[in-house]
Amino acid sequence: MSLQLKDLYDKFRDPATIKALAKLIGEEAKKLERPINVMEVCGGHTHTIMKYGLKQLLPESIEFIHGPGCPVCIMPKERIDHAYILAQQPDVILVTLGDMIKVPGSKGSLQDARSKGADVRFVYSPLDALKIAVENPDKTVIFFAIGFETTTPMTAALMDQAIERGLKNLLFHINHVTVPEVMKELIDSRDVHVDSYNNRIDAFIGPSHVSVIAGAKIYEPFPRAYHRPVVVSGFEPVDVMEGVLMLVKQFSEKRCELEVQYRRSVTYEGNLKAQAMINKYFEKRGLFKWRGLGNIPDSALKLRDEYAKFDAEKRYADILPKEEIEDHKLCICGDILRGMAKPTECQVFSTACKPSSPLGSCMVSSEGACAAYYKYGGVM
Amino acid sequence: MKTITLAQGNGGEENRQLISELFFRHLKNDILQKAEDAAVVEDGTLAMTTDSFTVSPIFFAGGDIGKLSVCGTCNDLAMMAARPCYLTLSVVLEEGFETRKLEKIVRSIKKELLENGAKVVAGDTKVVPKGSVDQIFITTTGLGEVTVPGISASNVQKGDVIVVSRDIGRHGAAIFAAREGIELESAITSDCASLWPMVEKVIETGVVPHAMRDATRGGVAAVLNEWAEASGVCIEVDEGEIPVSETVAGICELLGFEPTALANEGTFLLAVRPEEAEKVVEILRSFPGNEAAVQIGEVTDSYLQKVILRSAWGTKRFMDLPTGELLPRIC
Repeated sequence: MSLQLKDLYDKFRDPATIKALAKLIGEEAKKLERPINVMEVCGGHTHTIMKYGLKQLLPESIEFIHGPGCPVCIMPKERIDHAYILAQQPDVILVTLGDMIKVPGSKGSLQDARSKGADVRFVYSPLDALKIAVENPDKTVIFFAIGFETTTPMTAALMDQAIERGLKNLLFHINHVTVPEVMKELIDSRDVHVDSYNNRIDAFIGPSHVSVIAGAKIYEPFPRAYHRPVVVSGFEPVDVMEGVLMLVKQFSEKRCELEVQYRRSVTYEGNLKAQAMINKYFEKRGLFKWRGLGNIPDSALKLRDEYAKFDAEKRYADILPKEEIEDHKLCICGDILRGMAKPTECQVFSTACKPSSPLGSCMVSSEGACAAYYKYGGVM
Repeated sequence: MKTITLAQGNGGEENRQLISELFFRHLKNDILQKAEDAAVVEDGTLAMTTDSFTVSPIFFAGGDIGKLSVCGTCNDLAMMAARPCYLTLSVVLEEGFETRKLEKIVRSIKKELLENGAKVVAGDTKVVPKGSVDQIFITTTGLGEVTVPGISASNVQKGDVIVVSRDIGRHGAAIFAAREGIELESAITSDCASLWPMVEKVIETGVVPHAMRDATRGGVAAVLNEWAEASGVCIEVDEGEIPVSETVAGICELLGFEPTALANEGTFLLAVRPEEAEKVVEILRSFPGNEAAVQIGEVTDSYLQKVILRSAWGTKRFMDLPTGELLPRIC
């Protein structure tokens, strides 16, 4: 009998298991001395919590704070403008992943650029850009690369293949970002205009797919230096519930550790081959501006100098603006991404700002907190 | 300068906005504003509808653009309990289109007309320069005879139960798989089919559905939301009861879609009195391909104009209208 995809996830959505975990969490939470705020760093977890209504199963003493882990949400307008401008260059095909085409920059979204005649394509895998480049030798194909540790190895693999095949018409605009640096930023903010978040986040749920690549080791400093426990969890409802249980237990047993719930594929070291591939092509970028969070040191990657000829940011440096752009005044995406506010606290949520006409990126991405609240929120 | 985006043709929120803010604003009249699947005219005796068909690829597993152009229009008539009688057929062809392919499409049209007992009584053909259209666009208009009056999206009543005629999302999944070259171990075929034979059988047994609608673009989620809004009721659905084939569920898992947002071309929903539900399900299941017909929920007054999805572990959430283009998730 062949294995069905269903067999892989069915037991992680088993109603009896979910209910049993909810009961255990409830019992364990009674031992807590105070309520705890758990930040799920990744938008994927936010969606699991909302889609499966998991909050409804948990005691009031456990609060979720939604974190900045959505590659679309954290993209500042100036970077989207880069993509918009690149897409409009003659003989350019701009290629990117999923939701990115919907995010508004100051000039419009890539979707708008496409409706005005630009050749913008979205792909499922960065390697699809290779095929587009091979099929269009007279065009310059620019891959607008986004994502956390999860998608970076695929961009590196694309680069590897492009070099191996001697492709001259495939360029990269790199926007890869890294999780630990932004987590540190949330605890250690240097921004004098923003209240300290220090007292709000008690613990983190770390995204499993990031650690499949980068290893659980990336969260080591948090329990040790920042006194925040971390549990690396999967995305199925049973995974998230078990992750929450593990965190609550740490509090009730007065422990502060790094633990892995998603033991089925996360190791401490991660995927060393993928890490080597990333290191071959990329290096840390000194500063990268995150939407709503400002410039965070060492929180993003760029192409190494020896690959400058593939770097669209360098090749098109003359036409790409460098100045920073403010977000919409009414949009509080920044506070939401920092865990300071809930989407429903935004005065334009579901009125002036909807998935069909987003003001801010948190409403655009299928992983954004506002989109999750809009789509699944509101009942009970 | 505002321009039209692909998202405005998605059958969801943006599509609805475009229709209401532009077409309805300028062209509104009593009949159009009812926004039913087909317009009921001539003192309720006739139903009329029109639809344009553009699909890529034009030949797909389970159908082709010809079959689709008859099913789509006849199904809109059937959803008003109107027997499809006359169709018009308007074809726009791209220069260079193979005659052999056109003949295959016309044969397919003929076959599907027979299923419905309808005939094409007028038509038009245009050929445009290469690149002006994507191979072939077909527009069909249908006229049908109303057999039972009063069926309407605004006639869903508290206490009604919701029945779905088969497993959902097949057309959307099949087109996606074909278009994106997703290779699957088990092939997925579109549900593309004519619904009139099933509707006729239901009506013959004396059941009068309060509402019927085929779940095309926007999927089951769009139909339920339209009903909840138009009838001012709450529709509560059990997620675990909604029939989804394993292949469709697999495609949704891989790409991050919801089966309830995927298009169908031969799947419909009925709102019927609770005492009629069992009989309706039995009739539907007697048609090949519809063995999964089932009751998926009921109509209440707990959150008016909203659709609620109930999970098997006791949580609830709203099921909203699909928005935007269907895009795969990033990570």
